[in-house]
Amino acid sequence: MSESYLELRRKTGERDRSLREKVMSLEEAAQLVKDGSSVGIGGSTLSRTPMAMVWALIRAGRKGLSCARSITSSEGELLFASGASNHILTSWFSQGIVWGVSRIMRLYTEEKRARFEEWSHMAVGMRFRAGAMGVPFLPMRSMMGSDVLARLPEVRQIDCPFTGDKLVLVPALNPDVALIHVQRCDAYGNAQMDGLQFMDIDLAMAANRVILTTERIVSNDQIRRAPDHTKIPFFTVDAVVEVPFGCAPHECYGVYEPFFKHLDMYAGLLRKDAERGIAGYLERYFYGPKDWAEYLTLLGLEEMLDASRRGRRIYDD
Amino acid sequence: MTTETTTKTGVRNYTASELLAVMASRLLEDGQVVFAGVGIPLLAATLAQRLHAPGLTILFEGGTIGAFVEPGQLPPSTNEQRCTRRANMVLSSTDVLLLLQRGYVDIGFMGGAQIDRHGNLNSSFIGHPDNPTTRLPGTGGGNDIASLTQMIVAMKHEKRRFVEKVDFITSPGFIRGGASRRESGLLAGGMYRVVTDLAVMGFDEETRSMEVLALHPGVGLGDVQDNTGFELLVARDLGTTEPPSERELAALRHLDPDKLYIA
Repeated sequence: MSESYLELRRKTGERDRSLREKVMSLEEAAQLVKDGSSVGIGGSTLSRTPMAMVWALIRAGRKGLSCARSITSSEGELLFASGASNHILTSWFSQGIVWGVSRIMRLYTEEKRARFEEWSHMAVGMRFRAGAMGVPFLPMRSMMGSDVLARLPEVRQIDCPFTGDKLVLVPALNPDVALIHVQRCDAYGNAQMDGLQFMDIDLAMAANRVILTTERIVSNDQIRRAPDHTKIPFFTVDAVVEVPFGCAPHECYGVYEPFFKHLDMYAGLLRKDAERGIAGYLERYFYGPKDWAEYLTLLGLEEMLDASRRGRRIYDD
Repeated sequence: MTTETTTKTGVRNYTASELLAVMASRLLEDGQVVFAGVGIPLLAATLAQRLHAPGLTILFEGGTIGAFVEPGQLPPSTNEQRCTRRANMVLSSTDVLLLLQRGYVDIGFMGGAQIDRHGNLNSSFIGHPDNPTTRLPGTGGGNDIASLTQMIVAMKHEKRRFVEKVDFITSPGFIRGGASRRESGLLAGGMYRVVTDLAVMGFDEETRSMEVLALHPGVGLGDVQDNTGFELLVARDLGTTEPPSERELAALRHLDPDKLYIA
């Protein structure tokens, strides 16, 4: 259920919105997310996935998170399989078309161990946008006549009071916390994002708390030299964590592309035996390493260099 | 004009996926604005740009306007940086999807797991949604694209994929046929063409049932019907498509040398 407007305003009013430093570690940021919270996840599919924060939440043993993301890839499989989440609201859920239908998504949804709540891609976006706008819903013209709509009791259909057109109204989504990864931000959380934005700006505005991970922290002076590049304002942000390669093995626009060999290896493990494969993967890459640097070491220097070279290539002629 | 690519012994020198990509690319016209999904649609739209439609504007749900995907650099979804190469603009994914609703898009172009007589697509559940035999990945932007614009669907022609009634309408075609799409509240768009490795199909104006418009080279009407789980209508002026030319196949193989989409 969408919370009431005054409750939303109260929560926002209680946040410290002053221009203050909020840099912390992944472990400290993970403490800001309580079991059972609703969590908006930034990026889409393999792009700008806040993987380091997902990694930290799984390592911290979070349970029962209710997640929402535009399109869900392997991070969703890992959230399900670790028990960190038992509910993902999204428009599409599998590692990626080139790896086929997700065996973990199938296993968890078909055996009803977890819920994959399907909305159209635009509906997810309009729900975050309504949340960002501080209105309880937005009207839209898709999903009508489909069974996607038929399975969504929260949606209302109306006849437009102006034109009489049939419209669907999708309710605002104001997650307890948003996880967003960007290329750079300052210590206050002014975030500059390169390339595809997906729904991240609306998500940041909509959420009651934002944990920002970033490839690098830059000075506030540097941010102020190009304020037009700042996409998320500092007062929506509650934590800033500097995590190089924070999306690995996914992509961060202009910095690195997906680690394809690693993703093929991961898909291979799941193809062989989904449940044991992902358990072994979680053990080796999530629970095993003592910190993020050790995780990156396991991914391997060769793959990191290759992914970086491909990532930076987007700016070459 | 078209070079015959069937060898002297009558054996085709292209795969079903290659045929599908080439036939799909021919349905796009220069100057159109096309919203393309990942896989064969992305590949076919990019192929059309390289061949007969250099002014084709390709949109991706990740937020790209006017992409020119590089040969050998196909993205694993429509949300990675490879999709933005040489693009005119990037928007948020919500805003690029809203362009469909506003009416700026000529053609929506998607693949499909299962389709029915009235062009409804299922990419969500095989079996009953409460107790499915297979949970599929879902709509993505498919529902929005199919709800808001004219659609071309490219898919393999198999009986299990062409069914009387889909188990679940993920992306709406003409719903129950006739005027039911409009009555559902979908005022614009609808299924325009379904292209497969066997034929090109459209939809009857009245009943909104699937109709064979043209057969691919060497394919008989019986082959198409045998691979379809419902009775197809047949156009009075049933045509035959030209086989893929050497130029088309060479351009296609140049775009996807690793056979990421045309496996």
